[in-house]
Amino acid sequence: MIDPLVEIAGLTVDFEKDGHASRVVAGIDLAVAPGEALGIVGESGSGKSVTWLAALGLLPTQARVGGSVRIAGQELIGAPMRTLENVRGRRIAMIFQDPSSCLNPVHRIGWQLVEALKLHRGLDGNAANAEALRLLDQVGIADARRRLEDYPHQLSGGLNQRVMIAMALAGQPDLLIADEPTTALDATIQAQILALLGRIRRDTGMALVLISHDLGVVAENVDRVAVMYAGRLVEEALGQDLFEAPRHPYTQGLLAALPALTGPRRRLAAIPGTVPEPGKVPAGCAFAPRCPLAEPRCLHEPPPVQPVGFLHRATCHLQVEAGFSAWALPRAAE
Amino acid sequence: MTDLLEANELTRHYQVRSGRGPFAGKATLRAVDGVSLRIERGRTLGLVGESGCGKSTTGKLVLGLIEPTAGTVRYAGAGMPPINTAAWRTLRRHLQMVYQDPLGALDRRLPIGVQIMEPLAIHGTATPDERGERARTIMDAVGLQAHHFDRYPHELSGGQRQRVVLARALITEPDLLVCDEPISALDVSIQAQVVNLLLDLQDRLGVAYLFISHDLKVVRQVCHDVAVMYLGRIVEQGDAGHLFAEPAHPYTRALVSAIPVPVSKGSPRRERLLLSGDPPSPIDIPLGCAFHTRCPFSTAQCRAETPVLRPHGDGRLVACHRVDEPALRTAA
Repeated sequence: MIDPLVEIAGLTVDFEKDGHASRVVAGIDLAVAPGEALGIVGESGSGKSVTWLAALGLLPTQARVGGSVRIAGQELIGAPMRTLENVRGRRIAMIFQDPSSCLNPVHRIGWQLVEALKLHRGLDGNAANAEALRLLDQVGIADARRRLEDYPHQLSGGLNQRVMIAMALAGQPDLLIADEPTTALDATIQAQILALLGRIRRDTGMALVLISHDLGVVAENVDRVAVMYAGRLVEEALGQDLFEAPRHPYTQGLLAALPALTGPRRRLAAIPGTVPEPGKVPAGCAFAPRCPLAEPRCLHEPPPVQPVGFLHRATCHLQVEAGFSAWALPRAAE
Repeated sequence: MTDLLEANELTRHYQVRSGRGPFAGKATLRAVDGVSLRIERGRTLGLVGESGCGKSTTGKLVLGLIEPTAGTVRYAGAGMPPINTAAWRTLRRHLQMVYQDPLGALDRRLPIGVQIMEPLAIHGTATPDERGERARTIMDAVGLQAHHFDRYPHELSGGQRQRVVLARALITEPDLLVCDEPISALDVSIQAQVVNLLLDLQDRLGVAYLFISHDLKVVRQVCHDVAVMYLGRIVEQGDAGHLFAEPAHPYTRALVSAIPVPVSKGSPRRERLLLSGDPPSPIDIPLGCAFHTRCPFSTAQCRAETPVLRPHGDGRLVACHRVDEPALRTAA
């Protein structure tokens, strides 16, 4: 097997507040291969964004980060600022949910792109301008020359997100982390942006980590999916396997809670209760209080990571059979 | 039988500045431009479309929260009285609204029990004892427990807060509830709880919903009928199941094809219709069919004439010049 591009091992993040720490990421092991598209799904507060912010050293100082994140063998956790600056934007770039708040409102699009090119590639003057034009072209912005002169507020949300993607591409990164890149956009614009990300990935061969709460968005755009719950990885599998034969009760619940677009209407299976707050996560399996299959040991013993198929891992005490859904039980209907 | 709610040719225009600076000319923003809809008792009409298409404005027009520039709303066969009159206030007991952000809709400094009882005090319909009684009954109906009565909004989870907002809206026993993106702010696992709750409440109380949302999957789950809006007009309307299975208008086809689905196994290959560009600004709506700038099938006729809603089989209404051409079905 090829060496991973990025390898996360035992990553933990604690936020300290008023003297006591609450754990928001509790030991993540994850690898991204070169050129791979990995999807990360989870509800709000599951730690899916914090994991990657921690990897790039972008968290505030109240956060304590443990474990290891390596890119091509180079350790990032606790690395000096200089090392991190060489990685950010150049090896790993990141785009966020709300593009207009990530762009500087008082500078023109062109100026901001040239700044990124100067920083990451050392380009100047005409070369930088030409490259900025090429990047806007690459992200499918029509009339790119005129757009370089525009300010962010003159562009729509979809165009601003394209500019953000262009800026992320300025450093020719090996990995692009897209954190909910289409959540703030309308459905038809979302489809455009996702198609664009797919095309860029095919053209440049960069790897993509797509963070989203929308299982549909992830399913259609990545090769492999990791599901997070309360700061832990609960299931990891190839996309097809995960959506057709989920093995963790939480993943099964997420899929059963989604209404379908075709076929007969059925009552949705709602997962009871809510996501535990950080710091109040149960000692055993974090999902145990909401799980229809939970046994006494689930509440006290942390569940092991078990291989359940080809490149398929689930963090659960029980070996849930493929094709069996925890949410079809009468207990779950309550 | 008369419809519970009937809106005819609702129009709402706003006067805005067309540019920046003190000498900018005036322009008309056509937020809602001739929308007609009807809702029967105990049924749900879904209103879908992208941001800025006028679906929320339509919801407020229907309730009489904003006055229409033109057009009428009839409630249970009678006209809507002018805003802020005594008659309108009496009528508002039967028409309630639920917003997207439950925390923004609740008062952070009042226990939720007091907030749930407040509509009864406003309408002066019950004694204080009865109010407490009815608040507890309705809290039970939306799945809140009795001990929540003295809690404050910040002590509840997102799903529970939305239940409080629903309880407060339902305590006056309304006939119509306008839900403006009621579940968009909630997590996936909580969304299903609230969707199931809305369906159960309709079964038990017979309340009708005008369900405004951009999430087509949820709309299909909740609604009997659906109206698709684009730039202030309805472009397609019909039975929810049929409309999403076989969308007729090119815009609806694009919307449906843009929804990502997790499992595609077993279902037939889905159409892919990727639109180019952004929706035009409602200040500068294109002439002819408003959708022609993004439509892959537009012709000279589309650029010149505005299509009207016409019947298109099995109760469907579609506003498109070319919808009957069989060649369009296969081309994309």
